[in-house]
Amino acid sequence: MSDPILKLSGLEQVFDTKRGKVPAVGGVDLEVGPGKVLCLVGESGCGKTTTARAAAGLTRPTGGTVAFRGKDTAAMSAAERQEFRRAVQYIHQDPYAALNPTRTVYSTLTAGLRRHRKVSSKAESRDKAAELLRLVDLTPPESYLDSYPHQLSGGQRQRVNVARSLAMTPEVLICDESTSMLDVSIRVSLLNTLGRLRDELDVGFLFITHDLAVAKYFAWEGEIAVMYLGKVVEHGPTPQVIGDPQHPYTKALIGAVCEPDPDLARANRAVDELREADIPSLTDLPSGCTFHPRCPLYEPGLCDGRFPPLQPLHGRRLACHVVARDQGRTGGRGVPARRDGGGQVASWSG
Amino acid sequence: MTDPILSVRDLEIAYRTGRKEKVTAVSGVDLDLYQGQSLALVGESGCGKTTLGLGLLRLLPKLGEITSGSLRYRLKDGTHADLLTMGKEPLRRFRWNEAAMVFQGAMNAFNPVARIVDHFADTLRDHADGKRWTKRAVEARAGELLETVRLDPDRVLPSFPHELSGGMKQRALIALAIALDPQVLVLDEPTTALDLLTQRQIVQQLHELRQRFGFTMVFITHDLGLAAELADRVATMYAGRVVETGSARDIFKGPKHPYTAGLINAVMPVAGDRPALESIPGYPPSLKAMPGGCAFHPRCAFATAECKLDPVALDVLAERPQGMTHAAACLHHERVGLARPARSPESGKETSDV
Repeated sequence: MSDPILKLSGLEQVFDTKRGKVPAVGGVDLEVGPGKVLCLVGESGCGKTTTARAAAGLTRPTGGTVAFRGKDTAAMSAAERQEFRRAVQYIHQDPYAALNPTRTVYSTLTAGLRRHRKVSSKAESRDKAAELLRLVDLTPPESYLDSYPHQLSGGQRQRVNVARSLAMTPEVLICDESTSMLDVSIRVSLLNTLGRLRDELDVGFLFITHDLAVAKYFAWEGEIAVMYLGKVVEHGPTPQVIGDPQHPYTKALIGAVCEPDPDLARANRAVDELREADIPSLTDLPSGCTFHPRCPLYEPGLCDGRFPPLQPLHGRRLACHVVARDQGRTGGRGVPARRDGGGQVASWSG
Repeated sequence: MTDPILSVRDLEIAYRTGRKEKVTAVSGVDLDLYQGQSLALVGESGCGKTTLGLGLLRLLPKLGEITSGSLRYRLKDGTHADLLTMGKEPLRRFRWNEAAMVFQGAMNAFNPVARIVDHFADTLRDHADGKRWTKRAVEARAGELLETVRLDPDRVLPSFPHELSGGMKQRALIALAIALDPQVLVLDEPTTALDLLTQRQIVQQLHELRQRFGFTMVFITHDLGLAAELADRVATMYAGRVVETGSARDIFKGPKHPYTAGLINAVMPVAGDRPALESIPGYPPSLKAMPGGCAFHPRCAFATAECKLDPVALDVLAERPQGMTHAAACLHHERVGLARPARSPESGKETSDV
């Protein structure tokens, strides 16, 4: 892998609240390289967004570091920090709230360019804005430039948000549930556009979603990291994590997906296996492996003592005491996967 | 049972947009729903599915109005009633007793300053006739209902909505909807905005409740996976019209309207390989500027000059009993199909050797 643009090491974020300390993210190590996709998946409250916000420099982590091109962002000079802010752009979840309703598309797209004196004349900035709209498949650009956000549909607005972040020629785009508010067909076309940007402009992605199908579709050639209560529990190449999940939590998530096939749908009953349906509170985390109260593989004494380390197992990084022990016993043969999948990536070390 | 529980004919619903202006949100909907069936209304945002769902119970907001058609229900006592001519008082008795609704957004459907038990009390006292609901009777009935959705009454009843998780609220809301044992339950996006594992739990409980109480279900969703999971029948809506209807098998295995096929083709599968997906080009039309002819023609790969002339009516493709008839409103339905092969039912694996 080429040098990562963005590297999170031991990232921790503890929020001080009236109800006590909330450890939203508890030690996350992840990397995003140029033209690579890293997808963070998990349920609400697992720390995906907190991780993304820290990675974008929007919050200061309470522990660990965020390094941009090998340099810790906390120790940057003002000029370096400005460069970091330019190179790492954030696309929000809600395309309706993320655009200023009183600005035209043209004005929104070129605000950054004008601020940073990247354009010198009105004509040039209009040309640049039109070029950005073409990049995100809003054509012909002339019919969008003078529109206000309320005149656009959700999908079109999200494309304007993407175009705005591209104005700064970013190296990493952080997308926080950027497609979850869009209709299915619109979602596919936006993901296809983002995929093209990744290939053509070599932009790296930190892509956050709760939707495993979206993660699989967008990060097929990249990696998926599954988060649970502030920690990464499984991280590896997408075809392996989705096609042959090893962590019981990942398995439960994949088993819970509704597939658009009446025959297949009736065959899935994975949540039955979970011992507890509800997610524990961050202010009162279970001891040991935080998944143990819900885990179908739970073994007293083994799982409730300490949190399992995220270690290389089955060609990925995995945090599970039971799988790690069984790996030692059977010499590397994993628990058989519940579903078939194209696991083409043969070896991968964490 | 031969006669349908709900019979909709040529329903049209419009919203007032100005003093003399209206937009038609739903038009020409015909529907026969039989006892115990579950029907999914699917389509993109703005296709009229929620409007139709609200219309089925005459719960439209003030600006909305059913402008024509009929809406006949078979009541519990075996008589029939047209909802559109029903007076205010019979309508109040009808709602919740005969048909109930689970509204969209479990997060916001409860009154934030009332305890869960008070919601049950209000509903039972308001809609159940000829019975006095004492505090104890309410608590007993509410407790029983919450247990059917596997919630702990002691924990949930005295709680305020904000003290419950999203999944708990959604389950409490379903329990509330079935409080008076309605024959028809309309659910608007029952799993949207819930976490994956919670969604799965709701789906399972809806299966169980249907088996136990035998109610008829109409649910509105944009999630085709959910439709495949819960529905016996599917109706696809586009621009206010039903453009395809049939059994879940017919629709998912062999859609015959290009819009339905487009929706199914756009769903990202989790199982198996990663196919390249195609989206439906363009965006749904505005209700104010509906294209002539088949409303889908500007986005349709099969469209010909003929499609732009007249609205296309549903054409029966396969007769089936109990409203399961497969029909599509497309002149070119014989050319429409899925981009990916269907999976075989036994193994749950793709039939092609991937």
